[in-house]
Amino acid sequence: MAKESTFSGMLITLLLITLLSSVALGYVYELTREPIAVAKMAKKNMAIKKVTPAFANNPVDDVFSVPSDGDSLYLYPAKDSSGAVIGYAIETFSNIAFSGSIKLLVGFLPEGNIKEIAVLEHKETPGLGDKMMKSKSDFSYQFEGKNPASFVLKVKKDGGDVDAITAATISSRAFCDAVQRAYNVLPKGGTQ
Amino acid sequence: MNYLKDLTKGFLKDNPTWGLFLGLCPTLGTTGSALNGLGMGLATTFVLVLSNVFISLFARVIPDKVRIPAYIVIIAAFVTVVDLLMSAYTNTPGPNGEPSLYDSLGIFIPLIVVNCIVLGRAEAFANRNTVFASLIDGVAIGIGFAFSLTLLGSVRELLGSGSIFGMKFIDGDGILVFVMAPGAFLALGYLIMIMVKLRKRLSKA
Repeated sequence: MAKESTFSGMLITLLLITLLSSVALGYVYELTREPIAVAKMAKKNMAIKKVTPAFANNPVDDVFSVPSDGDSLYLYPAKDSSGAVIGYAIETFSNIAFSGSIKLLVGFLPEGNIKEIAVLEHKETPGLGDKMMKSKSDFSYQFEGKNPASFVLKVKKDGGDVDAITAATISSRAFCDAVQRAYNVLPKGGTQ
Repeated sequence: MNYLKDLTKGFLKDNPTWGLFLGLCPTLGTTGSALNGLGMGLATTFVLVLSNVFISLFARVIPDKVRIPAYIVIIAAFVTVVDLLMSAYTNTPGPNGEPSLYDSLGIFIPLIVVNCIVLGRAEAFANRNTVFASLIDGVAIGIGFAFSLTLLGSVRELLGSGSIFGMKFIDGDGILVFVMAPGAFLALGYLIMIMVKLRKRLSKA
């Protein structure tokens, strides 16, 4: 250990250490920038692939957004090899969740039927609200194949058609809210 | 110096979790499953080894009064490196939509910088020992930390989800509380009790 703590000594050492660290970090950042972007893209694609029919395009390239409640929903169109739209994955959200907001990716077929719903982000209580995730319970399966035009996206308590998660009505309401929000911006008629 | 003895000290005598009781916050927070515990342990080991090496390298030229800020900058740099590397290479979600390792460790990766085990080893060991001895120390403590996190993660995953490393061998839901925060305290408490008992028995023999 160096014993002398002169002002210039401290200044120079700290300056050198911070300088060296930032150079090293800049180098690693450059090195990992590409793989990070690839990983993020793959993650999004994987989620989209899960909720839409098999597509031939790259939905992330064709994304467009629709404003809703001060935020935006993102629509990822899935197209077949002829370029016709065969479904949409809509990144939607709800702010009425039990804690924080939830983010869902809802897959729609062109005629408006829900194909599948994946939870992207949530902060709900483990063991209760987190049952909205497919890996935790069958809750989200009841939406599959339903068309929100006839299937009322409200929990049964509120006069809708959705069986709420036991002891997690608020989370279930938020889930319905997010799906409804996605349905509202779905391009009707199937073509864009 | 007996390097073999130094290498194994992390398992029992100087184990961060049940020997030194340091870094308990990530220990409790990230051990919901064995894989998460192992991932966190290895990330911390990486930071611990490299920061130990570089701090022991520079300790002689760093003035005493600014040594803590200097150490923190070195540690923070390596934590950022780990964070970047993990977001690039451990960010693929599981086949059934389970969150990726990077996502499930979440905020605890950047928080390695305030893990007292890292700064603790810098202050207590690296700044007064040679580079090689500090390297060994970092490896030993890091492996010990990874070991205790993996063990705690396995116990909690086994009791809470009936599986270890995602391999299911008990049907059903398991005891939910062990996956949540209170279960972390319970499991850690019993684990510490067993390890302290074990250490006493070994030191008597």
